[in-house]
Amino acid sequence: MKELRLMKGNEALAEAAIRAGADAYFGYPITPQSEVIEYLMAENPAERTGMVVLQAESELAAINMVYGAAGCGKKAMTSSSSPGISLKMEGISYIAGAELPCLIVNVVRGGPGLGTIQPSQSDYFQAVKGGGHGDYKLIVLAPATVQETVDYVKLGFDLAFKYRNPVMILSDGIIGQMMEKVELFEQQARSTEEPEWATVGKKPGRDHVIVTSLQLQSEEQEKVNLRLQAKYREIEKNEVRYETIMTEDAEYLFVAFGSAARITRKAMEMARAKGIKVGLLRPQTLFPYPYEAINKLADQVKGILTVEMNAGQMVEDVRLAVNGKVKVEHFGRFGGMIPNPDEILNALEQKIIGG
Amino acid sequence: MTEEIIIAGFGGQGVLSMGQILCYSGVMQGKEVSWMPSYGPEMRGGTANCTAIISDNSISSPVLNAFDTAIVLNQPSMDKFEDSVKPGGLLIYEHNGMTRKPRRKDINVWAIGAYDESLKMNNVKVFNMIVLGGFLKIKPIIEMGNVIKGLEKVLPERYHHLIPLNEEAINRGMSIISQENKV
Repeated sequence: MKELRLMKGNEALAEAAIRAGADAYFGYPITPQSEVIEYLMAENPAERTGMVVLQAESELAAINMVYGAAGCGKKAMTSSSSPGISLKMEGISYIAGAELPCLIVNVVRGGPGLGTIQPSQSDYFQAVKGGGHGDYKLIVLAPATVQETVDYVKLGFDLAFKYRNPVMILSDGIIGQMMEKVELFEQQARSTEEPEWATVGKKPGRDHVIVTSLQLQSEEQEKVNLRLQAKYREIEKNEVRYETIMTEDAEYLFVAFGSAARITRKAMEMARAKGIKVGLLRPQTLFPYPYEAINKLADQVKGILTVEMNAGQMVEDVRLAVNGKVKVEHFGRFGGMIPNPDEILNALEQKIIGG
Repeated sequence: MTEEIIIAGFGGQGVLSMGQILCYSGVMQGKEVSWMPSYGPEMRGGTANCTAIISDNSISSPVLNAFDTAIVLNQPSMDKFEDSVKPGGLLIYEHNGMTRKPRRKDINVWAIGAYDESLKMNNVKVFNMIVLGGFLKIKPIIEMGNVIKGLEKVLPERYHHLIPLNEEAINRGMSIISQENKV
């Protein structure tokens, strides 16, 4: 039987990592995600599953420990919040270049700089468009509930290993700190398999394996890039995930992800009560992005409003998807401020319906 | 049924755990719940608060700007949240330490002397449970049996012997809360 608990997003994430059969967690504390490492330290999964939990001396050390563990074919993960994720960017680019699987969690807080400890979504560009150097992509999952946070830990590891690509869960201070009812999946055994690409030592009958993100010949580096791009096209074909709510008869559309989507849903309910036919599309994957679904809805609706806890980042992807068919506007609060449903409804009326 | 509640007070008054116990009790009663704490610099002085939502239906936004009920346990919290109560809604305040009464006439106002009552019980730690009892008297959305089950979930096992004391505190809260304004 599945287990029902009331848990904080960050604690549920940590428990899900243990249950997903993770081999290792390396991290460094930062608000608002410190409960991840606190929970793991208190739970001591070394006794439950043999999973390693280590507080590194810095974010740089943590991501490079993930790199090392992933190179050995292990299920490794790290988590941090915005400034800490920026510090990890070099390592993330290397892991993407070396085509290794891992899970990275960003519980986003307001920026830029050291910013604030309050919730934000201002790391969308960093997560989706790069952040580190080079032509690489992360698979980016955007949970809106504590339950989805748990489910995406499992999904994230599965996708990471399926595509040998780093996966990022883009959470935020709301989802990390809030408590909700959550159904935990059963404990999975840690894998005992050694993937053929893993650097576990040259044994008889095993080929020499090199994990690297360095190619000194540009012809070779172009081949790497072509392989990466082919993989990203495959991911775009197979892994787009999104949810639509009340879009069947919608004349207007909200697009929002993560916690902003939940507040927007409340605004949608308020608008519906006033007789405004508005629906909501909530991307669950930010890469790959649901361009096609939004493009189709653009044929049906008169205007689209994105709601984001940033100054207007995902709106660029919505405009790409819509390709000029209808008006697309953005409403956001930033720096750790959380939009309220009234002002979202007001923005819909001012910017889209009346505008 | 959807009940959207803000609970606010000084750090140490048990504001966050009161919301948690309420939510866990809701889970025990088969409700949908969400609990969202303040975790910013406001926790280090001034007010700590949490939003607790209990509903028969799935909960959209975990953060709100208008509430069915505000439970305010110090003056800064009353100043901040009195205006956030929906018209016709409920405001419960602890009268110890308050410098003024609530001003709103379009909401139901109830006062509770939970601090004094906790002194009578020789245990200020049950302060928040007295307040919770007062709330449950006015809005009996959770059955007592499920509140006890909620307490069992929130409290570590080594404190389970204190559950009868908490139950008594809840009962006392129910009996001492009094109405000051009715709409």
